[in-house]
Amino acid sequence: MATRRTCLWKRGVKVSETFEMEIFRYYPDKDNEPFIKSYEVPFRDDWVVLDAINYIKDEIDGTLSYRWSCRMGVCGSCGMMVNSVPKLTCSAFLKDYPSRKIRVEPLQGFPVERDLIFDMDDFMNKLTEVKPYLLRKEGEEKPLEEGEYLQSPAELAHYKQYTLCINCMLCYAACPIYALDSNFVGPAAIALAQRYNLDSRDQGRNQRQEVIASHEGIWECTFVGECSVVCPKDVDPAAAIQRAKVSSTLDWFKEKMIPRSKG
Amino acid sequence: MTTYRKPVSNTWWLESKPYFLFVIREFTSLFVAGYCLFLLLFIAKAGDSQEAYATLILSLKSPTSMVFHLISFTFILYHAITWFNLTPKIMVFHLGEERIPNALIAGAVYLSWGVVSLIISWLILGS
Ligand code: SF4
Ligand code: FES
Repeated sequence: MATRRTCLWKRGVKVSETFEMEIFRYYPDKDNEPFIKSYEVPFRDDWVVLDAINYIKDEIDGTLSYRWSCRMGVCGSCGMMVNSVPKLTCSAFLKDYPSRKIRVEPLQGFPVERDLIFDMDDFMNKLTEVKPYLLRKEGEEKPLEEGEYLQSPAELAHYKQYTLCINCMLCYAACPIYALDSNFVGPAAIALAQRYNLDSRDQGRNQRQEVIASHEGIWECTFVGECSVVCPKDVDPAAAIQRAKVSSTLDWFKEKMIPRSKG
Repeated sequence: MTTYRKPVSNTWWLESKPYFLFVIREFTSLFVAGYCLFLLLFIAKAGDSQEAYATLILSLKSPTSMVFHLISFTFILYHAITWFNLTPKIMVFHLGEERIPNALIAGAVYLSWGVVSLIISWLILGS
């Protein structure tokens, strides 16, 4: 990959300290191959990587494309590889990179559409497949007038951690299994399935098992564990997957060991 | 739409420390399986006769056997410790709203390991 360089000094901007940003660029209509372009931006203590990228977009090169929205670690749209580690760029401070130089690339494992924007359809489809909503068995839905399904704080504690997911996909970018085989349902989708499976109000585990207990589901995971390390919300998807493996194994034993009652 | 997918190199596991450590953890399972096999064959052979037992015990004292045991021990130890540390992720218990701390679960596993090791050592050395 060739490296092209754009210097801040040429633009007459006065800055005392600078920071070098190597950015992955790709414009499919123009470039056959992606390349790395280097930009010099001012260094500020309170800037996060996203600020520096916004600076490039506003002041140096308006063609740079990337996603962001909330700027406060909530929307999950600003995930990128920073020095090959998946990060929310709105939460990664420039001052934490003392070499004053970073490389920013799109999240690993996804097809890149343009610059730092990747195609997230695969993830969206997987989320849909795991039915991430409360399911009740047929005939067991409460009529509306009977009110909500009640739940104790202790029951909530069983799955609360998994509700914190912001769908940022950092966990997918950290997973070498997903990079090697994109059929893998993947960390966040399985964690979300667990979120409902462990919810005392839900009765849809059997419906989700078809996807979750398939080879492309939990059994594809070899417990590398990096998904949990990079997760900005401590969802711990690796644990969710291993716990789902334990429950599925118990299901198997129950099915084999305990004869089904007839009738 | 044309998209670009970065190819995954065959050496992906050498490109980051956590991936490398993961591959080592998986690799050490070969030593766990290998040593189990070695033990089973050893027991089967040792049961053949008094002489066979004496020869095998002597062979255990050879330098090759020492090196083999040292390497196996190191890898099996690494395997055991990495998995013990991961146990709290798999075994999640709640007491009411509170989750039992990871350190407690891992501690219980290490404690059981210690107790079982002591019992086995006592059985072998004490008899
Ligand atoms: S599990 Fe964590 S890393 Fe994965 S999508 Fe959810 S918040 Fe992001
Ligand atoms: S911009 Fe919303 S999480 Fe970073």
